[in-house]
Amino acid sequence: MVVQCEQVWREISNYLEEEVHVDLRAAMDDHFRACARCRSVLEGTRNVVRLYGDERMIEVPSGFSRRLETRLAREVRAANGGWRVWSAWLVPVAALLLIGGGFRVANSLSVPHPLLSEHAQPAHGVPPELIVVVSADAKEFHVPGCPFIHNKDKERTMSAKEAMHEGYVPCVRCMRKYLETASARPISLELEAELYIESELDDHQVQAHAGQ
Amino acid sequence: MAEANVVYNTGVGDTMREQDLIARVQRGDSGLFYELVRPYERRVYAAALSILRNESDAEDVAQEAMLKALSNIRQFRAEARFSTWLIQITVNEALMRRRRERTAKMEAIDDHRDEDGEYAPRDFADWREIPSEALERKEVRQKLAQALASLDRKYREVFVLRDMEHLNIQETADALGISIASVKTRLLRARLMLRDLLSGGWQQGWFSRLPFQKGTKPW
Repeated sequence: MVVQCEQVWREISNYLEEEVHVDLRAAMDDHFRACARCRSVLEGTRNVVRLYGDERMIEVPSGFSRRLETRLAREVRAANGGWRVWSAWLVPVAALLLIGGGFRVANSLSVPHPLLSEHAQPAHGVPPELIVVVSADAKEFHVPGCPFIHNKDKERTMSAKEAMHEGYVPCVRCMRKYLETASARPISLELEAELYIESELDDHQVQAHAGQ
Repeated sequence: MAEANVVYNTGVGDTMREQDLIARVQRGDSGLFYELVRPYERRVYAAALSILRNESDAEDVAQEAMLKALSNIRQFRAEARFSTWLIQITVNEALMRRRRERTAKMEAIDDHRDEDGEYAPRDFADWREIPSEALERKEVRQKLAQALASLDRKYREVFVLRDMEHLNIQETADALGISIASVKTRLLRARLMLRDLLSGGWQQGWFSRLPFQKGTKPW
């Protein structure tokens, strides 16, 4: 491969970057050996790259470093200072929230909601940790899968203890065994009938509400 | 008067120390940030100056870029060199500043015109290697800086990022938002033009006190 001066000038920057094909590089090396003009261009360009690439070529105005350091320090102080101001407020606010929250939790634990059904009896025989299902618009809590759960779209799962705190009463069908154990007597047919009518009324109310 | 201290950051130990500093600053120890960026503060300033051509603006942008880097330090990932990340933030800040000052539109017209045609070297005198000790002399540095400042903006920016900031071609293209081909074209012209500019300076005796042989030029 033979190259002319114009091509050497076009490629001289890539040559210095070592980004020319090996064949072209060899041809350019041959050309440099024979051509003083292109050798001059190569050496001059190489000097430019080397000299300007020296760290000493980068000069900054007097006091530049000090001003930069001062500004950064000011920024860091402001950021930290801002946090300190916030954190100074944060401690008493957090304490108040904790105290208020503590009272609220204590109240919710000590005073259970009134029973949602006037026919219900306290569910003393239901294990408090038993996982039960409640529906937002009904009054009973059930074992999961109970066919008498109303409005399944609004089901929530919780412990029996939580359900009782919210005022829910046990479903006399699916919770029968717990209730009979607790009361040591069978649930009367009358009571079961009343609870059934009540639950059906709940269901109708839910459907009417959904239809509005 | 320029500050004389030069901080180099190239060794393996420096790199490990830098990684440690980055991690600590990322964890919230912002007080160490200046220590982290100090080796690059000159390069940050030079990058800003190459775009803005005004010392005061360049210093202001350099500081803004550092503050931006500090506030975004958690976004830095080790895939890039920290210095490259810093320079790219600086270039971005400087370009935005220039746009705000409404000079970009006029210079963009120049961009299009100046890239047409090839640049042919003008001087073919016998050159030889100039010793880097020449840079110890302030007047030599000033002459080189003046030659650089006389370049059209688009050539100067590419040259500074590639040959002074040592970004690679791809990083230079990314920082300036131009193609790799444009970087290569502009870099070639910048180097050849600087060579010719400095050749003229030799005729005027810029390097007359250097111990060159009679009848030759320093490069």
